[in-house]
Amino acid sequence: MANNSIVSINDLSKEEILKLLHTASLFEANPNRHILDGKVVATLFFEPSTRTRLSFETAANRLGARVIGFSDPAATSTAKGETLKDTIKMVSNYADLIVMRHYLEGAALYATEVTDVPVINAGDGAHQHPSQTMLDLYSILKTQGRLDDLTLTMVGDLKYGRTVHSLLMALSHFRVRFNFVACKELQMPREFIDFCGKNGIEYHESREFSPEIINSSDIIYMTRVQRERFTDLMEYERVKDLYNLNNAMLADSRPNLRILHPLPRVGEIAEDVDDNPKAYYFQQAKNGLYARQAMICRALGIEVTD
Amino acid sequence: MNEKKELAVAALRNGTVIDHIPSESLFKAVEMLGIANLDKSVTIGFNLASRRLGRKGIIKIADVELSPETVSRIAILAPTAVINTIRDYRVVEKRPVALPEEIVDQIVCNNPKCVTRNQPIPTRFNVVDRGPVRVRCHYCGHEAVGDQIVIK
Repeated sequence: MANNSIVSINDLSKEEILKLLHTASLFEANPNRHILDGKVVATLFFEPSTRTRLSFETAANRLGARVIGFSDPAATSTAKGETLKDTIKMVSNYADLIVMRHYLEGAALYATEVTDVPVINAGDGAHQHPSQTMLDLYSILKTQGRLDDLTLTMVGDLKYGRTVHSLLMALSHFRVRFNFVACKELQMPREFIDFCGKNGIEYHESREFSPEIINSSDIIYMTRVQRERFTDLMEYERVKDLYNLNNAMLADSRPNLRILHPLPRVGEIAEDVDDNPKAYYFQQAKNGLYARQAMICRALGIEVTD
Repeated sequence: MNEKKELAVAALRNGTVIDHIPSESLFKAVEMLGIANLDKSVTIGFNLASRRLGRKGIIKIADVELSPETVSRIAILAPTAVINTIRDYRVVEKRPVALPEEIVDQIVCNNPKCVTRNQPIPTRFNVVDRGPVRVRCHYCGHEAVGDQIVIK
């Protein structure tokens, strides 16, 4: 990619990640800045995602940019059979930055090949969603004060959950110990286990969401176990509640522990956790705004220094 | 070398001998080359003894020389293959197939949600391993290995 597009978290070096996190902290201190006056940001959502779209559009608006785009491709030429290439080329005539979400995997990378306008990937199918990873990293850094020497426990669907895979890859730049807590059907794929082994990353796999694991964690990253992921529904019924978290389970946890979740949650975090100061998932979503402001500036080649 | 012995089995005046094809890839190669529709004389050898591969396949096609594009498709299926070009009963060229770093528009991505499966885009695959051949889609990152690889 010739420009500053952000397609995958794996394209960013450790230094670039740290710089983005620092910029995000500047935006948290002062989110309203008119540094994008006169710029137009296009948000192209070929697949609806209200949460991500509102976060990106708020980020652009708070920076003073104008926002164009669509939230539902049914109302656009895509529904008439226009190719992705043609849509991107057309929008490139109008916008300084494209933020796109697509149901096809690899769509954002392809978009960068047909336009000179920088592209931010806001999710391409089950493939990449770098702004989610940036807000996860920012939340960890903010609550722990560091990204090194942490124990991070990932719980639930570790097989299909792209957020846990991207977070694992991003954290491989740092010294983090992982606990992977999942049932057999949803365990961390072999390629990521091999990646940990090859890169000297300490990890522990467990079927059980045990008190020992909870009480030795600095971060617990919860994910949703979806019924449709199971080939064996008996297995689903057996395991669906094994990876749920309630407040009583946190009684002896570390004072600095924070609970993260990419949201939406269903039953995996009981409501009685919400009032525990260790629950961080709602603030985590808010951090997405600052992380996305930082990503927009980097994609446009704008340095933010204070 | 046993090359002379092999060529003597069905000596070609002009054409191509594709040698050292792994036995398990032979019929895929036959299909890929469209031999069933060819009007040239063709000899196919299956499960022949090979010091290098244990068992190998061989395809001899009269009066045809392969395009570089076809050769690179053979490389995906049979990275050990050697292409012999025959003119007037003599091997004028003996060339191992070469698998490039990147394979453009010759493989179909196995991921049904890949952008290349749903938009008019030439596929691009990076060769990440050569024995057995493992390729990774440039766009969606999906990998295919050995006989999972689908040639266009």
